[in-house]
Amino acid sequence: MKLLKLVPEATNIKFLRLRVPFFIFSLLLIAASWALVLVNGLNYGVDFAGGQEIRATFTQTEEAPIAELRESVGALENVGSPVVQTFGAPNEVSIRVKLPPEAEGNPEFAAEMTTAITDSLKSDYSDIRIDGVDSVSGKVSGEFRQDAVLALLAAMLAVALYIWIRFEWQFGVGALFALFHDVSVTLGMFALFQLEFSLQIIAAILAIIGYSLNDTIVVYDRIRENLKKYRKMPLPELLDLSVNETLARTVMTSLTLLVALVPLLLIGPASLFGLVAAITAGLFIGTYSSVYLAAPVLIWMGVTSNSFVPQETKEERQEKIARGEA
Amino acid sequence: MLDFPTWKKFWLWGLTLVAVLAAMPSLFAAANVEWPEALPNPQVNLGLDLAGGSHILLEADPAEVAVQRLENMEETVRGEMRRAEPRIRIGDISTSGGELSFMLDTPTDIDRARGLLEPVMMGNNLVREWDLRVVDGQRMVLTPTEDGVDQAVTDAMDSATEVVRKRIDGLGTREPTIIRQGDTRIVVQVPGLQDPDQLKELLGKTAKLEFKLVDLNALPTDVQAGIVPPGSQAFPYSDETPQAGQMVAVRRLGGIRGDSLTNAQAGVNPQNNENVVNIQFDQQGASKFCTLSTENVDRPFAIILDEKVISAPNFNEPICGGSAQISGTFTAQSAADLAIALNSGALPVELAVIEERTVGPDLGADSIRKGLLAMLIGSVAVIALMVATYGRFGIYATIALVFNVLIILGLMAGLNTTLTLPGIAGFVITVGAAVDANVLINERIREERKRGRRVVAAVENGYKEASRAIYDANITNFIAGVLLFLFGSGPVRGFAVVLVIGLFTSVFTALVLTRMWVAGWLRKTRPSDINI
Repeated sequence: MKLLKLVPEATNIKFLRLRVPFFIFSLLLIAASWALVLVNGLNYGVDFAGGQEIRATFTQTEEAPIAELRESVGALENVGSPVVQTFGAPNEVSIRVKLPPEAEGNPEFAAEMTTAITDSLKSDYSDIRIDGVDSVSGKVSGEFRQDAVLALLAAMLAVALYIWIRFEWQFGVGALFALFHDVSVTLGMFALFQLEFSLQIIAAILAIIGYSLNDTIVVYDRIRENLKKYRKMPLPELLDLSVNETLARTVMTSLTLLVALVPLLLIGPASLFGLVAAITAGLFIGTYSSVYLAAPVLIWMGVTSNSFVPQETKEERQEKIARGEA
Repeated sequence: MLDFPTWKKFWLWGLTLVAVLAAMPSLFAAANVEWPEALPNPQVNLGLDLAGGSHILLEADPAEVAVQRLENMEETVRGEMRRAEPRIRIGDISTSGGELSFMLDTPTDIDRARGLLEPVMMGNNLVREWDLRVVDGQRMVLTPTEDGVDQAVTDAMDSATEVVRKRIDGLGTREPTIIRQGDTRIVVQVPGLQDPDQLKELLGKTAKLEFKLVDLNALPTDVQAGIVPPGSQAFPYSDETPQAGQMVAVRRLGGIRGDSLTNAQAGVNPQNNENVVNIQFDQQGASKFCTLSTENVDRPFAIILDEKVISAPNFNEPICGGSAQISGTFTAQSAADLAIALNSGALPVELAVIEERTVGPDLGADSIRKGLLAMLIGSVAVIALMVATYGRFGIYATIALVFNVLIILGLMAGLNTTLTLPGIAGFVITVGAAVDANVLINERIREERKRGRRVVAAVENGYKEASRAIYDANITNFIAGVLLFLFGSGPVRGFAVVLVIGLFTSVFTALVLTRMWVAGWLRKTRPSDINI
């Protein structure tokens, strides 16, 4: 049986020749992402903004009366302008309402608003079925925001530390930089497209961190091996060799994860869409950063083939001289 | 590498078998097939987002506990001083500024008063709960200590948790989970509950029931403005009553509290078809009520629930039978709710709903169906890709993948963890990423073969050289997963659980099990070339 070869044997693509333009591009991407996050802001979902998301199905109607709902729910006290959209099928809706400033200092506010909205829905439409309610008070959403930031920072630092211990400090910095890029660009995309940013997205970003690290570690592991093997090879060449040698694996792993994710993206539950979409995008971002950020950073931080060879101490040197080896 | 002693094989297969067996009850349940009752039945719990139900997070305000505690202390001090022989006369008692202060009529009583209060100020756990100081030789000031307040909050939360449990049991829902969280929070999870409004309503009531005499000396216009004679206080009528908006002045002391009830039951008054709640006093409460009603025939008293007056009828005659009827403007539902609330006792502190997540059972079932289908299609695609790329080695990886999923399920059932909707996504990612180990190994074997190594040496090196990166990658992922679990909340934790368990199992299946199978095959056939 002839087996499938996704990548031709013995590729020799000069990935790192374009390292400077790509690096500048990446820096710009990171800057643009943060600018977007600061200017546009993230479209916080209920988890982080507080308020409620109510999901409902119209059991007797083909299409949910979106405009009418927007008006009737918006007319309720303190609701402001609710976000009403179909969710999944045309007769299923999601109604999102953010906490008004009046909610400050009143932990019960969100719960009371939820009751007011569901009560009015139930009295306005006899065929409505409330499928789900997420109602989060300002206090809890504040804690979620804080925990999310802590989780992301702690995860990035902890894994960078691990890589420092397992490799060398330069590798730790390289991995950290690549992860910072991945997280920044993911956040930037959410700011650009104003996709709902919820707790699930934090889970997705941590999964992206994990996946991107997989790639980085595989490339780093090969770089370390080649550094020991080819003592005289110039570093850029050695990095290219390492990336090329692991290319078949990189393509194959990205592909297996992609084919696993795509069905979930297309036919999976609607409430998982954000999470799966983020991870799918992260798959590409993470693969890119492992090759174009994590690897070239090593050149600029002065990794040499001696990085993994224990330095000779003076005594050892003298011993060698005595034995006439040096 | 080809050397797999029998004991090792035995252990590996044994472990695999146990985990796979543990997954079986959950698979049977998913396929709607009955699992034999005689066998052990470990199940993967379904999170509320899949099974449907309500998650409600309640929070108490500790400041409120402190206020309540001061009021209780005031009652205690009054009682102690009154009961002293001879009686210690006190006045100008106040509970403002977080401390309790009162004047002694005769300064020489100070040492006696101190002696009486000393045991009260020490708590049950030999922690000083109050500090006492004397100002101007005549005024005693009691200040709660930090330990005392903490203890009071803990006690209040403990009994609040108990009250919440009783109330939910009163609703007759199945298998609720009620857990204290942190210092001032209670998590309530009720599976299968579609509409949590009744539950929230019930938990939002403190159900503090009081019977107090109406102060007839107060001028109605003054009362309306909130001005009441000393020794009285004003309460508003409940919004459901026709008198909503009006205030009633009642005597602060000498009333009866709802904690002397033994039973409450919703009913209907046959004379006017009104919904009522019948209550039964305990012995002490009954005698107090008897005295109160005997001494005040034809005078009105107020029935106060949670600081709102629900009615203010007259005592028509002495009521000494130990039972009474509360009528107001109840619906059948609100009468039943009040009965449950009264039976479970008053909440020692008001609880606010600060987070609610409810998922209807239809939505959950729909999510499971869609998630499983997507996972199935994804798995088939991954398997096809692996077999087409690595042939026999891809088949080994595939079998390992199937075992991997089963073992994760088995471990989740055995460890009694919860599968949530993001957890399903975690499964899909694990399926996609677990084969990475096999990809690494197989690519390495290809390389080693290309460099001209012989089959056995190539396979051996493939496993050896690849495992370094596999371990490092899994450990870093483990770190990220654990942090997600620690900082995450609710369903997102379910995602972390699957990911973390999946890391361990995928190292086991993709690295250890496949090596055993490859070794067995190589030993049996001794191929001179392999198709990889």
